[in-house]
Amino acid sequence: MDIIRNFPCLSILLSMFTAIICSALKGKGARRLSTILVMVVGILSICTLYLTGATGQSYVYVMGHFPAPFGNEIRFGTLEAGMALFFCIIMLLSLAGGRKKIKMEIDPHKENLYYIMVDLLLSSLLALVYTNDLFTAYVFVEINTIAACGLIMISEHGRTIEAATRYMIMSLLGSGLFLIGICLLYDMTGHLLMSNIHESIQMIVNDGMYTIPLLVTIALIVVGLAIKSALFPFHSWLPDAYGYSTVSSAAMLSSLVSKGYIFLLIKLIYRVIGFDTFLDSKIINVLYIFGLAGMIMGSVNAIKENDIRRMISFSSVAQIGYIYMGFGLGTTAAMVASVFHILSHAATKSLLFVSAVGLTDVSGGKKRFEELTGAAYRNKIAGVAFTVGALSMVGIPVFSGFVSKLLFAQAAIQSHDKLLPTLIVLAISTVLNAIYFMKTVIRIYTPSHGKYDSVAMKEKPLYAITLVCFIVLNVVLGMCSEPITGWIIKGLSLFA
Amino acid sequence: MSKIRKQSEYEKTFAYRFFRWLGGEKDIFVGNMEMQPQKEYVEEEATIEERMKDRQQAMAEVYDGSHNMELRFFKILYKIFSVVFCIAIMAVLILTVSYLPEVGDPNRPTSNIVTETYISDGLGDTGAVNIVTGMILSYRAFDTFGETNVLFIATCCVMIMLMVDEDKIKKNKDSNDRGFEPKNDVILQVIAKFLVPIVFLFGIYIILNGHLSPGGGFSGGAMIGAGMILYVAAFGFDKTEKFFNEHVYKVIKVTALLCYGCIVTYYFLTGANGLECLILLGEPGKILSGGITLPINIFVGSEVACTMYAFYALFRRGGL
Repeated sequence: MDIIRNFPCLSILLSMFTAIICSALKGKGARRLSTILVMVVGILSICTLYLTGATGQSYVYVMGHFPAPFGNEIRFGTLEAGMALFFCIIMLLSLAGGRKKIKMEIDPHKENLYYIMVDLLLSSLLALVYTNDLFTAYVFVEINTIAACGLIMISEHGRTIEAATRYMIMSLLGSGLFLIGICLLYDMTGHLLMSNIHESIQMIVNDGMYTIPLLVTIALIVVGLAIKSALFPFHSWLPDAYGYSTVSSAAMLSSLVSKGYIFLLIKLIYRVIGFDTFLDSKIINVLYIFGLAGMIMGSVNAIKENDIRRMISFSSVAQIGYIYMGFGLGTTAAMVASVFHILSHAATKSLLFVSAVGLTDVSGGKKRFEELTGAAYRNKIAGVAFTVGALSMVGIPVFSGFVSKLLFAQAAIQSHDKLLPTLIVLAISTVLNAIYFMKTVIRIYTPSHGKYDSVAMKEKPLYAITLVCFIVLNVVLGMCSEPITGWIIKGLSLFA
Repeated sequence: MSKIRKQSEYEKTFAYRFFRWLGGEKDIFVGNMEMQPQKEYVEEEATIEERMKDRQQAMAEVYDGSHNMELRFFKILYKIFSVVFCIAIMAVLILTVSYLPEVGDPNRPTSNIVTETYISDGLGDTGAVNIVTGMILSYRAFDTFGETNVLFIATCCVMIMLMVDEDKIKKNKDSNDRGFEPKNDVILQVIAKFLVPIVFLFGIYIILNGHLSPGGGFSGGAMIGAGMILYVAAFGFDKTEKFFNEHVYKVIKVTALLCYGCIVTYYFLTGANGLECLILLGEPGKILSGGITLPINIFVGSEVACTMYAFYALFRRGGL
């Protein structure tokens, strides 16, 4: 049992080691090694989840010979371990689903570089999930940003390079704001370790000192991370980055990179700023309004889009809006709903990206809707998977999207002054979601004359298995929501 | 009662022709109409160009500020708003800083037990006379390992962007501009002959004395990298490739990072599980002292030197 406590640290270091070794390997070896790595990290995370679940407490792990507040630390409870496991599953499935595409779209000499980016992305996600130190968080935010840029621009054509440049500019702006926030926090408290900062902030708030700097700090950190995770007014980089990069990258960017930042923000809210201090600052109202605006504007933009990949990307803007709306409601129930939506959106969005690429492949590689007519008959499993994803996004029972919408609505009822706008916008957003997703589903199930050849599932076994796994994951999230929400509530209570 | 018509009579009726057409036996247009397959629509090169020109002209007219009042208004408004926004953010940040504790105030929150301990116990804990190096490589070893990985991933990203494929060069001679190097400058060569060894030596000195005097792996490595860049600028890639090519670069980079990683992992695992770290701290002030600081400095130094040179080479000719 005791040895399991080393696993989170080991999984971070292992992914870094793998990245280093991958730089000396050819593409094929790097791919195998990275796949093994993601599996191993997943197994380590299962062990950690078992340990934290069995003992029901969170552990502090000293990185080095010096305990807090002098050295680095990581801290893991059941929520962190589960998150790490979930990220590994999504990463494994996204890589498997887009493997053919990676081979086709990437220069074979640079394939190992792709897997370096993937490994370091995994290490940074794990570090963001586990870290208990603000500066460590910043270092790994940097790695995450650069890795995401690499993932976008690896399929080298003009669109992706432009998208990567945009992403880099916006993302560095976010990192800069986050860094200024950390500096201000250090100046006020004199610590970089989350638990120590939390104590100092509690004292500062009780003494009534530094009210303005504290408010500005919270604003800077929240806005910085919101830019990086594409909250509505800062989403301009998103559609190009997700729409033109290779499909594994798009799936990982939408379901892992942005979610890593959001998880870090949740951590900061609970462990650094303190939930009550965060509530007292008026920032949550700003988040609430931006979240609501994002829910509607993202969907409206998605309706206008004539390109299936870009449509799915704009749908991400709407879903990120849901998550921030949950932060804005400011209750624990809403926080639970947000965390659940992180899971459900990550599972669904990567499914949509991977299945959409199957549909466009049987339509001559074109992403416009008129070409997609009848694509679901030509690639049956991709059609079914896309339909499942679309139904889940719209919020049909049995699938995961329904549960998160239900949780949001339940949370909204608990807060009286934000009840009405939340429910109205939820309803509008659901209708808008239905408009563009059902339009696509009807389009792909409209029979068409045999312009393109169909694909049998035997030809692409790995792709089919991946999609089936995604569908199962979605249904499991939708059907077993009770134990999962229980786990989230328990994990969040360990956070404070 | 209907009467039975003769076959020849029936063939003249409308019904006969209609049912024949319906059954697909006869196409009424065949023979009665001149039919040709539709010509495939081929867009001529000239029309494409013309259309592009039209589009460009239209775009130019739409975005021509002198005619489009709305656009001009928007552009002016955009400029004003961005300036106002920047000034507002600056004002907010300056206001915030004015509320923060003053620099140099002995009672400010940052001068707490952490900094005191770093100063008082730093030498004993890490064995490094240079407290800063000791702090970043021992107390905060995880952050520094992450930071080294930032350098590593940055080089990989630049490689994705700029690395030119060897096969492509062989196939397409035009894409190879590696031959067009500037003629070597005599003055630069003479100066470099003197300067490069000194720069290398100084860099190595800084790396090896990182735990004793100001400096360390990052600064020393940057210096060695600068020395190599100077050498390349003076003597060209042909001479440099004799001792530093892609293969050497890979070997050095991977070995340095792996060794660094192993040391750090050992350090973390022993520390977290309450075991003794077997790397001796040594006598402070001696060159062989400082525990893990000295080897890490060496590895970080070689990684940073490689990174610096790789950036230069990639930007200059798209390969190492």
